[in-house]
Amino acid sequence: MDVMNFYTDPEVIRSSVEKVKNAARTFKKQHQRLPVIMEVCGSHTMAFARSGIKTALKDDVKLIAGPGCPVCVTDQKAIDAMIGLAGKPDTILCTFGDMMRVPGSRRSLVDARTEGNDVRVVYSPVDSVTIAERNPEKEVVFLGIGFETTIPLLAMAVRKAEQLKLKNYSIWMTTKLVEPVLRTLLDSQEAEVDGFLLPGHVSVVSGEKSYHFLTGEYGLPGVITGFEPVQLLSGTYKLVRMLCEGKHAVVNDYRSVVGQGGNPVAQSMMNTYFTFSDEEWRGMGSIPASGLVLKEKYASFDAGKRFNVTVPPPRKTKCRCGDIIKGRIAPEECVLFGRGCTPVNPVGPCMVSTEGTCAAHYQYMREE
Amino acid sequence: MCIGVPAEVLEISGEEARVDVMGAGMTAGIVFVPEVKVGDFVLLHAGQAMAVIDRTYAEESIAEWRRVLNGRDEFLY
Ligand code: SF4
Repeated sequence: MDVMNFYTDPEVIRSSVEKVKNAARTFKKQHQRLPVIMEVCGSHTMAFARSGIKTALKDDVKLIAGPGCPVCVTDQKAIDAMIGLAGKPDTILCTFGDMMRVPGSRRSLVDARTEGNDVRVVYSPVDSVTIAERNPEKEVVFLGIGFETTIPLLAMAVRKAEQLKLKNYSIWMTTKLVEPVLRTLLDSQEAEVDGFLLPGHVSVVSGEKSYHFLTGEYGLPGVITGFEPVQLLSGTYKLVRMLCEGKHAVVNDYRSVVGQGGNPVAQSMMNTYFTFSDEEWRGMGSIPASGLVLKEKYASFDAGKRFNVTVPPPRKTKCRCGDIIKGRIAPEECVLFGRGCTPVNPVGPCMVSTEGTCAAHYQYMREE
Repeated sequence: MCIGVPAEVLEISGEEARVDVMGAGMTAGIVFVPEVKVGDFVLLHAGQAMAVIDRTYAEESIAEWRRVLNGRDEFLY
């Protein structure tokens, strides 16, 4: 699509950067400080770093990463439990690739596989159902980790397993929802932000109106934006302009795929299979109704109910992923960043996930 | 995990479609986009089409951003 060429055109990117800087300077004149914007989504964090935009804007806009990397926000005990599942006899553990190198307190899934356990990376949760169909003598467990973008796909997997009447398939649910964590962050006042860049692909499912609470209850603006360089810049510009003008609206800058109400089929499928649950978040503790789990009716597909995994208390480290996902510190403020913790030897999930803030800073923003 | 890729729908059969992702052919689920037609572009996430890409909006937002870059900000919100 030629649309893509526009969004990645170096000339357009350059003039878009200037546009954002000029707007940010107006804000600075008005407020004697930089505008502080949180990009909620981990894929935005990665895209900002990879494209060089975050570095280009660093003197004019304070962009802070938020709680939008599903692996990073999952608390250590839940990660250890998921890795613990790999040791079950006659079990095939299926996962998104992102989970493989995430450090558990004692080992990672890569270690578990090296030790001879059957751990497989799948592209889609539905693929794990096919694996269960082909291996009726084995238990097949999928690690169901993710936000609203991914949760409908977990519903699809359960639907398929149900249609195939599989008895050997289940999902270990540790899902997370965007609205409750944003509310928690704002209520705690831990991260001081002027506005939000809102996650484009979560919004495809949940819709523009799922963010109206930001303006209505917190008086903060937000812009739903895409992932290409010019889209990131256009979203940032609109947000900074709103801040300069003292406006607080939710602007949908990704209308080509995000509708007012989101995707109705995905929402109805989520309603069919799942119900709200309190979830533990890294560094934030339990947040009420901040995730979804399988309804009682579908308990046979719930790995958490079928398998008893007990894990010792997580090993304590100096990792500050908890503060990073709350937007309280930048990776460079962690004493381990680039020293004890690197992508080859990660200490926390933020350094290995493809959406992790530490990984983004290490790969694209490190100053030699 | 939340990244999506655009794909063109080549052929539809039941709950699945043949799609073209930057020149590579693959099968994708279309349960979440019942309105999809051959020739549409969709946003794929982990093997499922999650939205039909509205090309009119995509082109409009480019035109809008061009105007902003040319110093005309009246189309912002
Ligand atoms: S640099 Fe490593 S140890 Fe420090 S917060 Fe990031 S992932 Fe954790």
